Amino acid sequence: MSEFLFEYLPILIFIFIALALAVGMTLLSFVVGDSQPDQEKLSAYECGFEAFDDARGRFDVRFYLVAILFIIFDLEVAFLFPWAVTLGKIGLFGFWSMMIFLTVLTIGFIYEWKKGALEWE
Amino acid sequence: MTYDIIVTGLIIVAQILAVVVPVLISVAFLVYAERKVLALIQLRRGPNIVGPFGILQSFADALKLITKENIIPSGSNKIVFILAPIITMVLSLAGWAVIPFAPGWVVSDINVGIMYLFAVSSLGVYGIIMAGWASNSQYPFLGALRSAAQMVSYEVSIGFVIITVLLCVGSLNLSKIVLAQQTVWFAIPLLPMFIIFFISALAETNRLPFDLPEDESTLVAGFFTEYSSASFVLFFLGEYASMILMSSMTVILFLGGWLPPFDVYPLNVVPGVIWFTVKVIFILFLFIWVRGTFPRYRYDQLMRLGWKVFLPFSLFWVVATSGFLVYFDILPN
Repeated sequence: MSEFLFEYLPILIFIFIALALAVGMTLLSFVVGDSQPDQEKLSAYECGFEAFDDARGRFDVRFYLVAILFIIFDLEVAFLFPWAVTLGKIGLFGFWSMMIFLTVLTIGFIYEWKKGALEWE
Repeated sequence: MTYDIIVTGLIIVAQILAVVVPVLISVAFLVYAERKVLALIQLRRGPNIVGPFGILQSFADALKLITKENIIPSGSNKIVFILAPIITMVLSLAGWAVIPFAPGWVVSDINVGIMYLFAVSSLGVYGIIMAGWASNSQYPFLGALRSAAQMVSYEVSIGFVIITVLLCVGSLNLSKIVLAQQTVWFAIPLLPMFIIFFISALAETNRLPFDLPEDESTLVAGFFTEYSSASFVLFFLGEYASMILMSSMTVILFLGGWLPPFDVYPLNVVPGVIWFTVKVIFILFLFIWVRGTFPRYRYDQLMRLGWKVFLPFSLFWVVATSGFLVYFDILPN
């Protein structure tokens, strides 16, 4: 195993220990907890009413818009990470390249804003 | 050879337990501290029955919850329903693998530490979406949608804030980020970014005044309305563990991690881990204080703040910081 990957081994073991802990607690509750299910207890909570119908109906399209905008800006952040770390080495050329990229994105952002994609009334 | 591997493995496991166990215990005391501080703000007594000053209250609550019936609603997707709290808990603990508590006190000092933290905190949204979807009930579904939209919105500004810090450090390694603050903590030159990071951390962990996903007066308990017993405990633990994780990130990025405020005699003999803990407790106190004093935001106000105020402002600061550093030629190599 290479030295580089060896650094990540503790993280893997860490995740397995956390997983064991979480799964263990869930199983423990099934072992030590009561279990007396009945129909009313197992129905979906709706403030005491009968559950109307399937909850997975339509929802506001703006949640979808937010998700799309998030992908664009999160990718932008992902691009910025290596740039921010190496800016001392890539000099003015690197700086201005990123500024042009950011300008293009800002134009897109202004367009979204004017189109009302960020409005929640 | 095999003996060496076993010893190394045991050391790693011991190190991990030395992080996980204190984190879980501090979650218990954070819940207690929150109830106590809120009680004092509202001129009440708070928990005072279990143990001296009620200090064992959280442990009693956890025991009670685990012995309750774990209800899985009949309309739910059962596997996803059980998996969601487990994922939330695992992800909120996984971030702790790279946090440096003091020089060298870190489970894995990887080169891309801050990126790992950013990635793990982004994944947190999966647990919530899975819980909301699998419950197949109105309130959890709405709560999960709100929560997901809110978390991704504020994550963008958190990303930009991290970039401004990285520009001043030139490394993604968390220990190097701390050591770069030996002359001055980044909270001073980057004060506006510190404030944005703190407020975004409140939104990212679904805390008041941004706790719309679990807004009890309209959505009962948001995405974990249908949860009970150990699954509920896991969500609860996960939420508070990620709150402490966000406070640690704030401390590492802006308040100089384990460094003392001034490098003078009585202050610099105090061990780094104590400075780290004191700073984290201070940030956590701010979290609770904000909860005790501010009214809840409306959802449109929340999204407006995220997209129309924080995003342009933090983007502007990235450009301004990099321009400043390039112009005066003081970039780190």
